[in-house]
Amino acid sequence: MKQSVTLGKVSKFMGLGFLSTFKDLFTGKLGKEDYKNFLRKIIVPIGSVLLFIGLWHLGARTLYNTEADFKINKALTEQGQAAADEMAACIASGDISCQPNTLPSPSQVWASFQSLLNDHALISADKAAFAEKTAALNEKRVAEGKDPIVYTGRPSFVDQIFRSLKTVFAGFFLALLIAVPLGIFIGLSPTLKSAFNWFIQIFKPVSPVVWYLLVFMIVKTLLIDSSEDSSFTISFIAVGLCSMWATLVNTSMGVSTVDKDYINVAKVLKLGPFQKVFKVVLPSSLPLIFTGLKITLSVAWMVLIAIELLAQSPGLGLFVWEEFQNGANDSNAKIIVAMFVIGIIGFLLDRLMLTIQNAVSFEKTDAI
Amino acid sequence: MSTIIKETTNATHNGIFPSNEVMLDLKKLKKVYPTPKGDYVVLEDLNLQIRKEEFVTIIGHSGCGKTTMLSMIAGLNEISGGHISVLGKHIKGPGPDRGVIFQAPSLMPWMTALQNVLLGVNQVFPDATKAQRNDIAKYYLQKVGLEDAFDKRAADLSQGMQQRVGIARAFAIKPKVLLLDEPFGMLDSLTRGELQDILIEIWNKEKITAVMITHDVDEAIFLADRVVMMTSGPRAKIGDVLEIDFERPRTRKAVLEHDDYYKYRKHLIDFLEH
Repeated sequence: MKQSVTLGKVSKFMGLGFLSTFKDLFTGKLGKEDYKNFLRKIIVPIGSVLLFIGLWHLGARTLYNTEADFKINKALTEQGQAAADEMAACIASGDISCQPNTLPSPSQVWASFQSLLNDHALISADKAAFAEKTAALNEKRVAEGKDPIVYTGRPSFVDQIFRSLKTVFAGFFLALLIAVPLGIFIGLSPTLKSAFNWFIQIFKPVSPVVWYLLVFMIVKTLLIDSSEDSSFTISFIAVGLCSMWATLVNTSMGVSTVDKDYINVAKVLKLGPFQKVFKVVLPSSLPLIFTGLKITLSVAWMVLIAIELLAQSPGLGLFVWEEFQNGANDSNAKIIVAMFVIGIIGFLLDRLMLTIQNAVSFEKTDAI
Repeated sequence: MSTIIKETTNATHNGIFPSNEVMLDLKKLKKVYPTPKGDYVVLEDLNLQIRKEEFVTIIGHSGCGKTTMLSMIAGLNEISGGHISVLGKHIKGPGPDRGVIFQAPSLMPWMTALQNVLLGVNQVFPDATKAQRNDIAKYYLQKVGLEDAFDKRAADLSQGMQQRVGIARAFAIKPKVLLLDEPFGMLDSLTRGELQDILIEIWNKEKITAVMITHDVDEAIFLADRVVMMTSGPRAKIGDVLEIDFERPRTRKAVLEHDDYYKYRKHLIDFLEH
């Protein structure tokens, strides 16, 4: 009866089924069918990624040339031939001051990614040094009942990723804590359902920007005496409110559409209301609740960027906005790096939810 | 084999049943569904008395109201007129004194076989210790041949095995009346035969008054003390009742070889065809 845990099962469980194909490749367990699978699952995706990078490279180059020609022509019409030649030479030399500002190429993005990592290493070292320097002083300050001195330097890209994750999870748990219990009550009671239905229908389509403004109005007043930075509080609450609707709707639907047979069994056995909810209704609606939570987490991650930007709360959203405003020669490349990081983290969050869902619910869901 | 079966076919049930006590009593039972075009009367003036320790099967055409009647006895469907009583007490809503084996196994797929049976046992024997309740659940699972599947999740069991758990769950709560709504209708004929044997074996031990709906004439004869034939709806009622005078315990072979078997069979088929 014991099930052996293999890489294949685990990776499939987590929606990362393609990993097991890799293992088979190295252990030489591939049959004819498997080669077809290998081709489809490994070679084809790699090919499509390469094709994507190739097209991106060509497109970026075309845009670069268009921008360069425009700059040279502009110099020619405004300042004459000499200025145009100078501009052409400047662009060709790779001088930062006159580079065309357009879509960065894949290699530029890769270089920016590495420079962001280097930057992180520098800031980390700086932080460690600061902590060491102030350790003794802080101990004294704490003993005297004063606040310790904290590092207030610029956050690195990696710090901002973690800050964003913190915000998104805080928002996600807020959504979970509101939407799941509320959804259960709404699903169980037709009266509550009709009481809340208009509320859900009206607020569900409201844009993240408006939610942010609403939360801002309320939280600003509530925290009027607090000297602390409220941007984190505002952004995670706004993220939670934007993203909770999918969970609310799915939970109430799951609870109100429990298989009639299960309800009949509960009736015949005369289960009390508490047992009915926890032994029958909730387990049977778990798959739908988790589908809702999965949507909630991905919506939370998506709106987070916009809300951080508005709230000026440190994180990837603010990073993107600051780079855009900054307009340095590698800003565009950094924005694209952020785009990929956002995408990959979103994918991993989705897989994380799928793993939890498969672990707790009776229906196995395959990754899409 | 033929010694198992009573030679005299004119014997009455008075000799077989230890008591003549009425367990389940349906009086002037009526079921009406209101529709926009006026009331639709499914059942009307339906009277049926079922004795203690009797096994009654009910046959009739699809849609005649058999299932409606059974779910009314179970308390899952409102009674429009007349009344149903168990041991002289009118029923009010569903309760574990009337166990139900549904057509679909209706197990909680996220629970193991044992947990599914315990769900009922815990409810009916709240004062027993945990070990005692476990023993009860395990005993009935063994009776239906699932001693190796206690900890298998219901979702991982075949349909036939799931229905076995359904049988164990129904018997384990020791109901006064057992209601079976075509429990084997969704199974292939081999599995159906197996489960009929299991059902009758466990029933022989427990002797719980049983009402079972079936579409299968052979099943109706093999299991029952009486076969109740319902007329086609609307306004369905009891059309005819056939006493099956085979001695218990029965074996399938002995029943099939009995002289009266084809007489009973013809009687039922004649009723269904007219």
